[in-house]
Amino acid sequence: MDEIIIKIENLKRDFLVGSETVRALRGVSFELKKGEFLTIMGASGSGKSTLLNILGCLDKPTSGNYFLDGVHMASLSKNDLARLRNHKIGFVFQSFNLLPRTSALENVELPLLYNSKVSSKERKERALEALKAVDLIDRMGHTPSQLSGGQQQRVAIARALVNDPVMILADEATGNLDSKTSYEVMDLFQSLNQKGKTIVFVTHEPDIATLSKRTITLRDGHIIKDSPVENQKLAKWFLENLPVNGD
Amino acid sequence: MNVTNLTKIALMAMARNKMRTFLTMLGIIIGVASVIAMLAIGQGSKKSIQAELSSMGTNMLFIRPNSDMQGGVRMDMSSMQSLKIEDAKLIEKSCPSVAAVSPLVSSNGQVISGGKNWPTSIQGVSSSFLSIRNISVKDGVMFSDQDVLRANKVCLVGKTVITNLFTDGSSPIGKTIRFKGIPFIVIGVLSEKGQNNFGQDQDDIILAPYTTIQKRVLAIQHVQSIYASAINENASTQAIAEITKALRASHKLKDSDDDDFEVRSQSEMIKTFSSVTDMLTALLASVAAISLVVGGIGIMNIMFVSVTERTREIGLRMAIGGREIDIMFQFLLEAVIISLVGGIIGIILGVLASAGVSTIMNWPTSVSSMSIVLSFLVCVATGVFFGWYPARKASYLDPIEALRYE
Repeated sequence: MDEIIIKIENLKRDFLVGSETVRALRGVSFELKKGEFLTIMGASGSGKSTLLNILGCLDKPTSGNYFLDGVHMASLSKNDLARLRNHKIGFVFQSFNLLPRTSALENVELPLLYNSKVSSKERKERALEALKAVDLIDRMGHTPSQLSGGQQQRVAIARALVNDPVMILADEATGNLDSKTSYEVMDLFQSLNQKGKTIVFVTHEPDIATLSKRTITLRDGHIIKDSPVENQKLAKWFLENLPVNGD
Repeated sequence: MNVTNLTKIALMAMARNKMRTFLTMLGIIIGVASVIAMLAIGQGSKKSIQAELSSMGTNMLFIRPNSDMQGGVRMDMSSMQSLKIEDAKLIEKSCPSVAAVSPLVSSNGQVISGGKNWPTSIQGVSSSFLSIRNISVKDGVMFSDQDVLRANKVCLVGKTVITNLFTDGSSPIGKTIRFKGIPFIVIGVLSEKGQNNFGQDQDDIILAPYTTIQKRVLAIQHVQSIYASAINENASTQAIAEITKALRASHKLKDSDDDDFEVRSQSEMIKTFSSVTDMLTALLASVAAISLVVGGIGIMNIMFVSVTERTREIGLRMAIGGREIDIMFQFLLEAVIISLVGGIIGIILGVLASAGVSTIMNWPTSVSSMSIVLSFLVCVATGVFFGWYPARKASYLDPIEALRYE
């Protein structure tokens, strides 16, 4: 279980805004092992989103090294990066980003459509399997508008799982959900992690961080804290102890 | 990324917006259908005019006096008296490329039989006229050269004249009809030719020996025009040259003088009318082509709206592994599918519309396979051309920006 998935060395990312250079990341280094559940915390402007984009291979660092599953990312072309995202990363977004008027099953199949090695039969099988993993197999024909927010996010998680990525990258994945649904989704993430999935979760909510195994806190482009979470809490526990509204 | 998957992606995206896809397609459908229908109408009238003119005899030559200056006044053609019977005889004798010659003198007026009368024209011709004009005799006989020589008062009549004068259905042969007070004995009935494309009733005709018309009806010495036929279709040009030379000599024209006559061949007439219908076809087709271009711009417009509206979707597709070229091809394919399917429907509608026009309006139409192939290719080109720019715009989006797009 000690296989290193992410290795980041002195990562820097500068943006040119007008004539000024904004240094979003000023030298970030860390490693991530297989099976970890990492939350990246930080106020807005801390470099959190920039780090997420680089981790997701959507953006390239100005300097420094990023190895994803042993692949040195700086040496890759745009097309290679697209393939890398397709094979190794599963994205979960704050706003779900499901295709409207498209069934849950077809939404989950989407990443495999961009992988020419997967036959249409295998594509469907894997999509069904992913929907089973998020417990939405009975909703596979429903379109996003027929699903609740929590269900939509679970479809999105199934979509992130379908290509069997080395890491699931979640960007404020509970940001659009009420607290009960948030815990349900976090419970799903925890059980996926238990089954061995590596998860990187970007959030600004401290109690989400307590559900993970490790937290990295960013401020002004530096890591100011990188520590394991002591006595990780279970989302199930929160669910069971939610205050019951007497209305 | 393979084409099957891309097609599936494009089709799914189009299915999500059925109404918009259909309306965009409608522009192409109308464009293609009108191009096909317009070309069919143009081609059809060209063909039928050609057939019409050919049925009058492709070897036919037509000689008439040219409008001439008399004391600075350009004279009306019908008042010209420059063609004589001798000219017709000269052509017959001295032009080896000419097979047959018939002078023509005609007069308009009422024809009377019993209590009935009918306004028509009587044509004075020689017996060669039938072969020159491809006319045949249904009943009775053609008048003979003897009849011509003696200026006998005999005639042949067409169907329209018969139906208006002999309403009881009896045979007109042997009956007497009067034209301008002069009695003619009907000796033959001409076979039906129907209406020609210019709306003329070709059966509204009476043929009589030209001598009879000249002497007894019009009291003139000249002929109004001369019909001749070349020995074959290819000899027309040669025949025209021979006739021109012979007539210039007999009319004693100096080298500096203009011809006082005009020789035209039927093949020339066909060419003239073909160029007119070709121009008409081009005009119709270009109006229709404009609507096809407008349809193409419609595709481009919708594709731009679509790219903007689906910015987040594009960002997502890029994030989950869509390459630039995948995104580009998805949108290009959407445009091409719209124009292709629209094109096929348009072709079908165009063919149906052509058939409808020919049955309802009774216009001749002819759908050529060339026009179908052409509009199909134009459709694909339209899709690629107008889809290219929006598709490229989509593929150039930055996934990070696109995912954040509200």
